[in-house]
Amino acid sequence: MAMVDAGAMWSAEDTSPGDIEEALRSLLREQYERDRACAPARVLNLVVVVDREWRGEILNRLERVGRYHPSRTILCAVEPGRTTIDATVALTNQDDDNPGDGISLTRERIVLDLGERHIAKLDTIVDPLVVTDIATLVWSPHGHPEALDALLHLSQVVLIDSVNEPDASSAVGRARELAEGAYVVDLAWLRGTPWRERVASTFDPPQWREELGRIDKVTVRHRSDSAIAGVLFCGWLASRLGWEMGSLMQGNGEQHGKAHARRQDVVFTLVPDEGQSVPGLAGVEIGTASGMTIGLDRGPGGLAAHRTDRKGIESNWTVLGASRGESGILGEGIRQALLRDPAYARALGCAAAMLR
Amino acid sequence: MATLEQANPLVEGLERLPVHPTTLVIFGGTGDLAHRKLLPAVYNLAHEGALPERFNLIAVSRSDIPHGDYRAMARESIEQYSRRPPDDQVLDKLLERVRYVPGSFDDDSVFDTLEQELKEFDDEAGIVFNRVFYLSTAPAFFPVIVGKLGEHGLEQIEGAEVRVVIEKPFGTRLQEAADLNRQVLAVLYESQVFRIDHYLGKETVQNMLAFRFANGMFEPIWNRNFIDYVQITAAEDLGIGRRAGYYDSAGALRDLVQNHMLQLLTLLCMEPPVTFDADEVRDEKVKVLHAIRPPRPDEVVRAQFTAGMAEGKEAVGYLEEEGVPPDSRTETYVALRLEVDNWRWAGVPIYLRTGKRLARKVTEIAVTLKPVPHLAFEQQGSVGVQPNQLVMTMQPNEGVSLSLGAKIPGTRMRIRPVNMEFLYGTAFLSQSPEAYERLIMDAMRGDATLFTRDDEVEAQWRIIDPILEDWSSDTDGPLPSYAAGTAGPDEANALLESGQHWRAI
Repeated sequence: MAMVDAGAMWSAEDTSPGDIEEALRSLLREQYERDRACAPARVLNLVVVVDREWRGEILNRLERVGRYHPSRTILCAVEPGRTTIDATVALTNQDDDNPGDGISLTRERIVLDLGERHIAKLDTIVDPLVVTDIATLVWSPHGHPEALDALLHLSQVVLIDSVNEPDASSAVGRARELAEGAYVVDLAWLRGTPWRERVASTFDPPQWREELGRIDKVTVRHRSDSAIAGVLFCGWLASRLGWEMGSLMQGNGEQHGKAHARRQDVVFTLVPDEGQSVPGLAGVEIGTASGMTIGLDRGPGGLAAHRTDRKGIESNWTVLGASRGESGILGEGIRQALLRDPAYARALGCAAAMLR
Repeated sequence: MATLEQANPLVEGLERLPVHPTTLVIFGGTGDLAHRKLLPAVYNLAHEGALPERFNLIAVSRSDIPHGDYRAMARESIEQYSRRPPDDQVLDKLLERVRYVPGSFDDDSVFDTLEQELKEFDDEAGIVFNRVFYLSTAPAFFPVIVGKLGEHGLEQIEGAEVRVVIEKPFGTRLQEAADLNRQVLAVLYESQVFRIDHYLGKETVQNMLAFRFANGMFEPIWNRNFIDYVQITAAEDLGIGRRAGYYDSAGALRDLVQNHMLQLLTLLCMEPPVTFDADEVRDEKVKVLHAIRPPRPDEVVRAQFTAGMAEGKEAVGYLEEEGVPPDSRTETYVALRLEVDNWRWAGVPIYLRTGKRLARKVTEIAVTLKPVPHLAFEQQGSVGVQPNQLVMTMQPNEGVSLSLGAKIPGTRMRIRPVNMEFLYGTAFLSQSPEAYERLIMDAMRGDATLFTRDDEVEAQWRIIDPILEDWSSDTDGPLPSYAAGTAGPDEANALLESGQHWRAI
């Protein structure tokens, strides 16, 4: 269970980054003198920029990410009209990370209340507070693009959720822009990981792998505000299979497009699913020129899979897996900050071609 | 990009690679290992979406119970021992794919029923599932089950792979291990056999490979020119609990040295493999084992713990533990000195020690470097310059520490050792998965890197067997002893050379 040591806390009004950094060092020193079994985690800095009124909600989300906690979190809560910086620093000792190990991991949380006037130079406030020599991840869930731009040179990784952009075009555009300066971890992409894994798995046996070259139809259902999830999925297939993507067109509330594959054209359709309550994909169906179809839909205990082979024989099963929930997705985003997935950038490139 | 004919182009960037649909058959499905480790591991893999996209489980055991009762038993095991609270929907769906075959392992009708169940799963899905037979039974049944699999034609199937996982212990003497290998390999190819040593599934043990072969700084000093001696310790603070039946027939040498500790030794001493393919890695490990001469009797110390204090409480001696024969001569402690006679390691003593009811629970490898050739400092007024020591700890505080000489602040040049520490838990976000989760997945995937090969297990026994032979002829007089809660018997100090000392436990 996470425990905040009441003594390991400091707060000040109208303060400065230098004072905050000094206070943090003092807290760590005092804690070490009190308990030498406490070791500061040194994995990842997470800098989060949020609207002041929603900071509690974001802090709660970060509490629920499970085992993937950053080691130092710097939360910048932006309050309109504020001219000074207030700060709270807390050390959290989590002794359930390594049960029985005898050490307790310390994580540091700095909450800064600051104003809009600080955003353009946010890097000068955050820079003294990040742990050097470990990766820094920046996340700005409530917009504030100028804050992201200011922090980009401090960070190696940017966490985004393309579902939050107004439309798929602006989502792809923003992700590509950010990718020029940092590695981008996109929660919209991570929500699709089980779907990509399962499709890859279905086509893995040699007899099915041959069918990859015969794919002629891809239908993706998504929550109505998650078209980007469908675009990224199609972009992934296109980038892996070497399709040349044509533009998406609107029609009957759906989006349609064509891709040129080596042997034939592929028709792809993105269909909003009003019944889907969580962001991301609701179902995927892939058909081949030889008459085979495979489908995956959300279901209890995993993904409900169905397949029709060339002879028309149908088969249904469940691909086991628990829903990660939005907290789990965020935790996965934090974990992915330390890994590199080359497939995303390529999928993004094909997605851009679909949205020309 | 790879062509469609060559490889699956969809797997790039995926952390979890596809695994062919699999039916896992656990022989001993109602046993303790299945109850506490295997079923929870399978559930956790299902929870994470890591199992093959289509998966079935068949448990085989003596208890005459229907499928439904077994499913209820499996649910209970998972709820009690899973490392995370189970998700009801995932658990329900997993248990739908579980069947149970009752009967004795030497009964042909059991294998007929098993064959029928396997075929039903295949027919229902319209594909041929891979088969993984997991032998989680008493060792006496290993050759029986493998033999029956062969007799019933279950050792191979067209269009899919058949693999057999064999739990430890793999034999209790060299001849027994060799016989077992012969019996198993009369039915199966070596590539189908996965001999478990769950130590190899531990993340920190695997990290030794990364530590040695992903860091250029250690290789230049990793040899006889710089290393003075090595100590490998696997100390346990607990007694034998309710395992008297097993432990008294095994003892510390068979329980830990023959398998786990020799694995650690080979990972420490092996040459860099050309690739991390299973056989490349195992070839290098076997070379190390072949270079080890069995120790002479005066290079081995065995002992039994007597009553003492452990964790502030009185602890009974081994002979007073429940189920232990009062005249037992089974060792609860063993220390030995080995040498790896090759160009890299010749002349470097490698000390192994393990025991029950020692002062602390710790598994570590300590590499002590040779002292500096000349010391320009006065050592008066300090503990002085000590040789550098690199300690890799597997448990409990997984990590690596390096002791360095540093100047004590003040006007005089006084030196004392300080530690530079890396703690695994501080540098990674995630917990290590259970060793069994990793090993079950590797077996389903067909990756044998973390499993013991036939020649490897026999090479291990070739080192251990002469010790057992010597002990079997020494049946008189009491064994050396040590009080529970201490660091072990004083006799172990006699193994060390002048200037060397055991690390504190």
